[in-house]
Amino acid sequence: MTTTVSTTRGGVGDSALRPDGTLKVTGEFAFSSDLYADDMLWGATLRSPHPRALIRSVDIGAALALPGVYAVLTADDVPGERRYGLEVVDQPVLAGRSVRYQGEPVAIVAADHPETARRAVARITVDYEVLAPVTDPEAALAPGAPQVHEDADDDPRAGHSEPGPDQPLGTGNLTRHVPVRRGDPAATAPVVVAGRYEIGMQDQAFLGVESGLAVPAEDGGVDLYIATQWLHVDQKQVAACLGLPADKVRLTLAGVGGAFGAREDLSMQVHASMLALRTGRPVKMVYSREESFFGHVHRHPAVLHYEHGADTDGTLVYVRARIVLDGGAYTSSTPAVVANAATLGVGPYTVPNVAIDAYGVYTNNPPCGAMRGFGAVQACFAYESQMDALAAALGMDPVELRARNALTTGGLMPTGQLVEGPAPVAELLRRVRDLPPAPAGADFLPGGVANTTRGEGVVRGVGYAIGIKNVCFSEGFDDYSTARVRLEVINGRAVALVHTAAAEVGQGLVTVQQQIARTELGVDQVTVATADTRVGSAGSSSASRQTYMTGGAVRAACRLVADRVYARAGVPEGRLRDGAVLDASGAVVASLADVVGDDPIEQTTEYRHRPTSPLDPETGQGDAHVQYAFAAHRATVDVDVELGLVKVVEIATAQDVGKAVNPQAVVGQIQGGTAQGIGLALMEEIQVVDGLVRNPSFTDYLIPTILDMPPTRVDVLELADPHSPYGLRGVGEPPTISSTPAVVAAIRAATGRPLPRVPVRPEHIVG
Amino acid sequence: MRVTCTVNGEPREADDVWPGESLLYVLRERLGLPGAKNACEQGECGSCTVYLDGTPVCACLVAAGQAQDAAIVTVEGLPAAGALDPVQQAFLETGAVQCGFCTPGLIVAVHDLLARVPHPADPEIREALAGNLCRCTGYEKIIDAVRLAASRA
Repeated sequence: MTTTVSTTRGGVGDSALRPDGTLKVTGEFAFSSDLYADDMLWGATLRSPHPRALIRSVDIGAALALPGVYAVLTADDVPGERRYGLEVVDQPVLAGRSVRYQGEPVAIVAADHPETARRAVARITVDYEVLAPVTDPEAALAPGAPQVHEDADDDPRAGHSEPGPDQPLGTGNLTRHVPVRRGDPAATAPVVVAGRYEIGMQDQAFLGVESGLAVPAEDGGVDLYIATQWLHVDQKQVAACLGLPADKVRLTLAGVGGAFGAREDLSMQVHASMLALRTGRPVKMVYSREESFFGHVHRHPAVLHYEHGADTDGTLVYVRARIVLDGGAYTSSTPAVVANAATLGVGPYTVPNVAIDAYGVYTNNPPCGAMRGFGAVQACFAYESQMDALAAALGMDPVELRARNALTTGGLMPTGQLVEGPAPVAELLRRVRDLPPAPAGADFLPGGVANTTRGEGVVRGVGYAIGIKNVCFSEGFDDYSTARVRLEVINGRAVALVHTAAAEVGQGLVTVQQQIARTELGVDQVTVATADTRVGSAGSSSASRQTYMTGGAVRAACRLVADRVYARAGVPEGRLRDGAVLDASGAVVASLADVVGDDPIEQTTEYRHRPTSPLDPETGQGDAHVQYAFAAHRATVDVDVELGLVKVVEIATAQDVGKAVNPQAVVGQIQGGTAQGIGLALMEEIQVVDGLVRNPSFTDYLIPTILDMPPTRVDVLELADPHSPYGLRGVGEPPTISSTPAVVAAIRAATGRPLPRVPVRPEHIVG
Repeated sequence: MRVTCTVNGEPREADDVWPGESLLYVLRERLGLPGAKNACEQGECGSCTVYLDGTPVCACLVAAGQAQDAAIVTVEGLPAAGALDPVQQAFLETGAVQCGFCTPGLIVAVHDLLARVPHPADPEIREALAGNLCRCTGYEKIIDAVRLAASRA
């Protein structure tokens, strides 16, 4: 079933090297924080210290009086729409009458030195009337709870922006409720396990902080050089807030230092543009690490109640769940995260009777939105913990229990959607199980170089998990990407130029675009133009969708170019290979360079995946998703059961990627995604107390270091999807989903502790 | 104040330096060398690692004045005679670079490791690079890069 693609050197299926790699290893690659312009000023942001307060007044006089300060702007200075948002326009550019989370921007400053800008920020006086924050999402849903958005004149949901499916939005503090009902919601079974699970707030913790450069233009517009995941959705929001037509807000992708969902929402884009337009000078903004923790949304913390019922042979009879996701102060992408948690809530299993209710809730906690895995991560920790509990209750092997209930091609999701493509759920699990066990010894014991044990009290455990993720945008969204491909002759050789607006965020999309053009056009030299808004939207670098979507668009544009080559050469059903035009029999008819000559061929086209449909608002039924992706993990851990310290000894992954367009990059995605899941299992949590973030630094918010990461084994399957370009399947998110429950299952195996919450802390193990 | 030092073999001078500025700021914003990166500016991530008189340091933790008369080598200074340093080449080939933000600091740290320990075992690699955070790769291909660079030494 593996697809075959004619192998072109550096083409599809080859581990071609990154075109930006040399610049990145020499330090010459220009990230968004590296930009410079003559006469540029530095921007800085004043943020609310309170999670909930009314603003009585803002006094900027002392800040403006500071030498070197060129502008101090507040909500009254926003030239256009005062709010923005991805799905719902509810987030103030600058807070007006109230603040709803700690860190909400209140005022912005431009000065000639970043320290001057920071000192000016410190001189702004804001008179707050501090209110008690709404911090418990369950309590927030109760009747009579204080309303996060109670100010009627300040109604966050007055405008409903276009790029989202029609959302059945909630009322009050309810952002969205997605029910899924299948079969008999009150079904009974002889074996029942129930549990309450909790996921802490994870941060994307990209290394390249929010930053960019806004340059005022002579036409009254602005040129914005920015790190983002979707240039056109930024452009639309920035233009609205500036009160400018879209063609006067031109965005160019600057180097992106990681994204992982945290760059879906705006951060400093409007602020830098406002300051640039006000001062008439270029303005650079670079957040500090601490500010970055307040400058982007996080992964939703969640509380999940699950009940699984099964026959005595292990066959699942029903799953019932209530999932509450804390969306924080503003909507961001919460509606779509809720839909993912609900529709993927039973995992990759066939379940005849399902009753799931997922809720997104407004609180005065930090806003939450997109992070790699997007709602599927929270559900997977709960349903995989439940599967282990069920296996224990039945006395069954946890892998065999999963295999018995595994979703297969032709199976039905709880939404009623037919799974058409390959669904090798049981095979992925058996593959990781059947790998040789991790080596008996280990380079590092729990506690690592701190030398807290010589092996006494150390117990080894092994755990398994598998997850499911939707690829591309769902629920009827018009999801497309645009590519422009130009074939021309330079120095006697046919070369291709690929231009899209797709955001390279580190995943290797620029490489993939080159590879596809090489394969389709039979040329060696392919240049990928800098992504900008001079070409149509590519959609977002999220939902594991860009190789599928922008890859699909580049392939489609290349094929339109090739058709014109064949027409010119008078070769119906031709092919292009190694710089030559071939006829249907494979004979060389002409050199490509001769056919193109001095008349370049250029085509621009949009690519769309198969349409999806909205979910029924009562039953959650509908063909809402485009493609499903699966990954399984086996984690091996050593636990110091006396100190509660964990060392992951090895982690093994099997994932079906449909077609590995770039095998080296695919493995890199799987390893990196797995690391983020290990981080959530063991250490990563933004700790929020009374709406206040307690650990906004890399000293206190820990991400895995090279000492925390174990050796990985990666087994890549290539089972072609019949509907996607080259049969490929989105790769980026699945490894982040199942690694967390696999690690926790391994700790449970070593300790016997229930561990219903991640990250697992030492006190959970020894307490 | 004025700061005078040698950077990548060239004498350099920065004027009007505010005493609170870090060496990182001077390199990036005053000397046009943005290769050292600014991911945390509190010494936790290692992305700003440079050599200061032969010792790898976090440039964010070095006050600009401490660089007076010092010899500094940044990632931009590692290629010799127009060719990539073997460490840079190995990062490129093994796929150790994704977003690339941690890459300059890691390359300097690996360059230092291999100068001290030409053929490090895996635990030595992990200990030596424990101060350099990477969020994209899960580190496996970074270890591959170190092994490859060491094998060519």
